[in-house]
Amino acid sequence: MRTTIIIAPGARTKHYWSDLWRYRGLLGFLAWRDVMVRYKQTAIGVLWAVVRPLITLAAMWFIGWLFGSTVPEGVPRVLLVAAATMPWQLFASAFDGAANSMIGNSNLVTKVYFPRMVLPLSTVLVSLIDMAVALVILFVLMLLHAHLPGPEVLLLPVFLALAVLAALGTGLYMAALNVKYRDFRYIVPVIVQFGLYITPVAFSSSDVFANPRVPEAVKFIFACNPMVAVIDGFRFCLFGGDMPIHWPGFLTSLGVSLLLLVLGVRYFRRTEKGFADII
Amino acid sequence: MGTPIITAEGLGKRFVLHGQRERYTALRDVIGRKARSLLKGGGPDTVPQAFWALKDLSFTINEGDRVGIVGRNGAGKSTLLKVLSRIIDPTEGRVEIKGRLASLLEVGTGFHPELSGRENIYLNGSILGMSRAEITARFDEIVAFAEVEKFLDTPVKRYSSGMYVRLAFAVAAHLEPEILVVDEVLAVGDAEFQRKCIGKMKEVSSGGRTVLFVSHNMAAVQNLCNSAMYLRHGQLVMQGDTPSVVAEYLRSAETSTRIDLAARDDRQGSGAIRFTGFSLCDGAGNDLAAAMTGSPVVFRFSFTAPTGPLRNLHLAMGIDDIYGQRILHLSNETTGQVFADATGATHIDIRLPRCPLLPGTYGFTLFSTVNGEIADYLFNAGTFHVESGDFFGTGRLPAGDQGSFIAEHSFSIA
Repeated sequence: MRTTIIIAPGARTKHYWSDLWRYRGLLGFLAWRDVMVRYKQTAIGVLWAVVRPLITLAAMWFIGWLFGSTVPEGVPRVLLVAAATMPWQLFASAFDGAANSMIGNSNLVTKVYFPRMVLPLSTVLVSLIDMAVALVILFVLMLLHAHLPGPEVLLLPVFLALAVLAALGTGLYMAALNVKYRDFRYIVPVIVQFGLYITPVAFSSSDVFANPRVPEAVKFIFACNPMVAVIDGFRFCLFGGDMPIHWPGFLTSLGVSLLLLVLGVRYFRRTEKGFADII
Repeated sequence: MGTPIITAEGLGKRFVLHGQRERYTALRDVIGRKARSLLKGGGPDTVPQAFWALKDLSFTINEGDRVGIVGRNGAGKSTLLKVLSRIIDPTEGRVEIKGRLASLLEVGTGFHPELSGRENIYLNGSILGMSRAEITARFDEIVAFAEVEKFLDTPVKRYSSGMYVRLAFAVAAHLEPEILVVDEVLAVGDAEFQRKCIGKMKEVSSGGRTVLFVSHNMAAVQNLCNSAMYLRHGQLVMQGDTPSVVAEYLRSAETSTRIDLAARDDRQGSGAIRFTGFSLCDGAGNDLAAAMTGSPVVFRFSFTAPTGPLRNLHLAMGIDDIYGQRILHLSNETTGQVFADATGATHIDIRLPRCPLLPGTYGFTLFSTVNGEIADYLFNAGTFHVESGDFFGTGRLPAGDQGSFIAEHSFSIA
């Protein structure tokens, strides 16, 4: 049967999600392109996928050690930090990729039709591939320390998905804003850099939630970071009862994450029709 | 035939111009404007200018039509294609499209220089809307058409520009949508390749597919399209069969070539005659925007004779190519038509039944004598354009670097 397409102001939104699904092939190809291109003309190639998280890990481990963040009995500090570094890297690269996906592909946006959300989604897919490498590193480290996770590890995909949703919500917002205001090209790296220090990577959430010196208001603001829930979840999956989840903080973080996702998707959909006009 | 496949009603697209250099807004400016308007207590101090790239456009395109879209730069042709391709949203109106539409607005959209030819075929194909299976099925055809077999695994950044364009067009040419929308892509590539592209497009459209084709190349439009649309300032001026639309476009007032010579003071001669204007006309005396290779053209010179009777008027027009090289000399002395008495006349026509000039821009110089005395001599009096036309009825003309002229000829063997 022939498809009939109606073009009218605002008419496109009707079959949005099924349209997006039809373009999943393109999504895959764009992610594949980014992966293929990434390490061309680099000397060590794919090894970068290993080196980059390890460098962040080393720096965060050093900071945590220097300031003496708490480590539960029997959990090596390096594993505790690695369990946060890896999801943080996933978030950071997915967020950054999504935020720049529109202006980075402006030649496509102005010349071809496809649901615009394909672009940020494909960059998230690329970040997930990096994450697969990072997870391998994480499990190698755990093996080296003879510290194997319990059955909680089966929940890990849930928190991976949560990290992706957190990155997507904020990333879609940034992508749309970036088209209109190029200032966001400079804001995004600042957010990523700043985020690394206020997110429990070098330390644990309990260092904040269980710290009497920290006022309640600051605890609440800290918990509004979508990545708090993701990292607490990761640590719970890998270290079980040694790293119990702080529920009020976790739920706040989760709520903010979902709220940002809804707002991000809505803002993106509302503005995407004008992207080709102004990009 | 006869089934509408694209129906547009009252289509309009408005762009807002911010009157600034940058296309995107800087946050600083927005904050600044807001702050200013707060201080002033009034509305925004600059009203953004709006401009309608398309306005009240209604048309129907039937299944299997090959429609050429002609118009000057800025007439809204590309905007129309972008609206039909769903790249930009219309501001008003409605279009109904029955079937899959693929658009080719640029050759090689999404090509990545670091990827190999093989990889780019897949990438570009998927960007244009083909599935992996479709691309695989046509892969060999695409490669053969592009003639890049040996370089399939070379990154395209090492391709020559010709190879790059061939490959890009090859992918697009093997799309099989019900409706194909093509923007001025034939302007790239060498003549040989352009011929191949036109051939391929003909083949595509003879399969019953609907084609929309934007081009400034009138020969290509006439050769390829069975109907045409003429856009001016975002509005539809005329839709109909190709020859009449193209003729209307070329003779329209907005584009007509009229050169005012009256004000020129760099002339020499006695002044017994003064040339005041130059225009291009078709065989029926209508103004033309440009001459067309193979079609009748009239060079019309209007003049005044301030000093009285004009005896033995001789006029010569020297035509130069863009390098200033004299390539043609038209004179009523050589044709034996010196006007014994031109008193009372207002213009002289030089009529060429079939314009032999190849597409391009030409300059001309005027020289005239009255009674054997130099009367008016205008060096580099002006320029005019020649559009490509279908001289031989084959849709083909020699490439641009193959001389300036075309002559009627035929081949035979014995």
